[in-house]
Order: sequence, then structure tokens, then C-alpha cells
Amino acid sequence: MNITAYVVLSAILFTIGCVGVLTRRNAIVVFMCVELMLNASNLALVAFAKQHGNLDGQVAAFFVMVVAAAEVVVGLAIIMTIFRTRRSASVDDASLLKY
Amino acid sequence: MVGFWILAPIMVLCALGILFVRKAVHAALLLAVVMICLAFLYAGLDAPFLFAVQIIVYTGAILMLFLFVLMLVGVDASDSLVETIRGQRVVATIGGVGLGMVLVIGLGQISLGTAVGLDDANSGGNMQAIANILFSRYVFGFEVTSALLITAAVGAMVLAHRERLTPKDTQRSLAAQRVQDFSEKGTHLGPLPPPGVYARHNAVDTPALLPDGTAAESSVSRVLAARGTVRSAPATADAVAEIETQLGWAPHAGRDAAPPATTTEEAPATGGQETGGHA
Repeated sequence: MNITAYVVLSAILFTIGCVGVLTRRNAIVVFMCVELMLNASNLALVAFAKQHGNLDGQVAAFFVMVVAAAEVVVGLAIIMTIFRTRRSASVDDASLLKY
Repeated sequence: MVGFWILAPIMVLCALGILFVRKAVHAALLLAVVMICLAFLYAGLDAPFLFAVQIIVYTGAILMLFLFVLMLVGVDASDSLVETIRGQRVVATIGGVGLGMVLVIGLGQISLGTAVGLDDANSGGNMQAIANILFSRYVFGFEVTSALLITAAVGAMVLAHRERLTPKDTQRSLAAQRVQDFSEKGTHLGPLPPPGVYARHNAVDTPALLPDGTAAESSVSRVLAARGTVRSAPATADAVAEIETQLGWAPHAGRDAAPPATTTEEAPATGGQETGGHA
């Protein structure tokens, strides 16, 4: 069995997540695209674990999931706080530090 | 491998959908599909532990968190189409396509050969093997993870907590405020009029009619007024015959000839029966 297809799928998903982060304006959707990129890298890690025949890749994917969970919790709390003060979840509106 | 070729197109289509759907809730649901498909790919890659973790942590916890925040922020908070930086969308798309081509062509150049497979590593059970590695070689990272998780939990609590700056309104203070408004500004002391009274329609989006036939604006919720979905009561009263034909009811004799709802007292009762099911 060859894992090239899995890695190519992972690259495609990562690219889609990347474009999403760059183009979408809603902060929550941007966050979802970040999650998509993390998931794509997880798929590559698990595929390479199978390629090399040891479980280090799966442990790394597990750690990525833990970090993603922590990141989502803090990130969504920040989005909530910004929404509470500015009544908007758009990334363009939170530009006060510019001035 | 058959499962892969079924799941991969679904995943790519759903991921592309995240880029193009207008509503954030739809994006969250498409992301859920991608994550569940990913879990099945993990199962096919000899990672049953990650299969379970993917379903429980990602689909169960993280996406539910996303949906909760979406409901708090407002489901209709969709993207603005105005570009703050000119040409950003085009440049980002070109850059993304370039990155994807570089990655895919680069992966096409190499040959990974036949996979070793995890049959040896998983011989004593996948979960036992992962635990052996996690609690020996990666035990320090595992402990640091606990610090990260507790910091994230405390941080989210601090960010989401709101301090009450003013004392809470009690029933007594609200009553005092109401009487004060009456004595100073002449605001009506009693409760607001309910919607639909004296109109031939009892839905909440139909304003009550005052004795002179004008609509009482305070009888409909100001949320409905802001959305612009308040109906005009006389127009609804005239549309009863049309509603009856839509429902397939035979028109009563005399009802068509009934005087306008604004002048009769029994109109609310009959109006409620006629259109209650429709409203």
C-alpha cells in the first residue's frame, strides 16, 4: 500500500485552509479554516506513521489535537470578548491597534 | 484504499464549500463532514485510537464549541464582501493555488515506496502501544500538555467572565422607575397593549388597533419593527377571504360582507378562529 494519495489529500486540504484564512472575513470561519489546516497536518502525520511503521506520528497527531483544543477554547473566548465590545465578528473591524 | 477514494472527493468538496458558503453555520457543518471523513481515514490507516479521539474531541467537543459561539454571536453574522485591502482575494487565491501546485508537484516528484505498515507496532494493541510511547519517551510533553490545558481553561474563564458594574434591578426598583417615568414624562403606567387586539388577526406581528383605527406601535415587539416584518392589520383583515381559499374552507355566508374589523367587537374572536391555524 502506498501513502502518496493520503499525503496529496493532506496537501490539498492544507491549501484550502490556507486560502480560507486569507480570504474569509468572519473571525469564526477563519478559525475553522485554521482547524482544517491542523487536521490536514494530522492526516499527513498519521499517514507517515504507517509509512515508517512506528507510532511516533500518531502520538504527534494526538499532541496536535490537544493543542488545537486549547487554541480553540482561548480563540473563541477572544472572539466572544471582541464581539461583546464591538458587536461584530469581522476581522476587519478589530483594527483599533492600527491608530 | 477503496474507502479513501470514496471519502477523499467528499472531503475536498466540503472543504471547498467552507470557502464559498455565506453563512458560518453552514461552514461549521461542512467542517463536521470533513472531520468525520478524516476519522474514517484514520481508522483505515491503523489508528483506531485517533479515530475515536477525532470523533470525540473534534466533532463532539470543538465543533459544538464553534456552534455555541455562533449561536451567541448571532447566526446571521455573515461575511462582508467589502475588501479592506484591494485585490487581497485575488492575490490570496493565486497564492493558494500556487502553494497547492508546489506541494502536489513536489509530492509527485518523490516515490515513497511501499509502506512498512503498523502490524508489528500494533501487535499488542494500538492503544497499549501508544500508551507505551506516550508515558515513556513523550512523558515530559504530556505533562506540559496538562499545564497548557489548565492555562487555556482559566484563560477562557477570565476572558468570558463579565463583572457586574451596577446593582441588579429588583422588582421594587423597576416599579419605582415606572412611577417616576409616569410623573415626569407621562409614560403609561400599566403594561403595554398586547398585539392583535381589535384586529382580525391575533399574530404577534400584527399591531393592535386604537379606537380611531390607527395602529398602536407599542403593541408589537421593537425587534419585529426593526426587522420590518410588522404587518398592517387592516390589510390582513381584508385578506381573510384569500386565506380561506388557500386553506380550502368554504366561505361562510355573510362573513365576506362583514364590516371592517376595526369597528366590531366580536372581530377578534372570529378572526382568531379563522386565521389562528394559518398564523
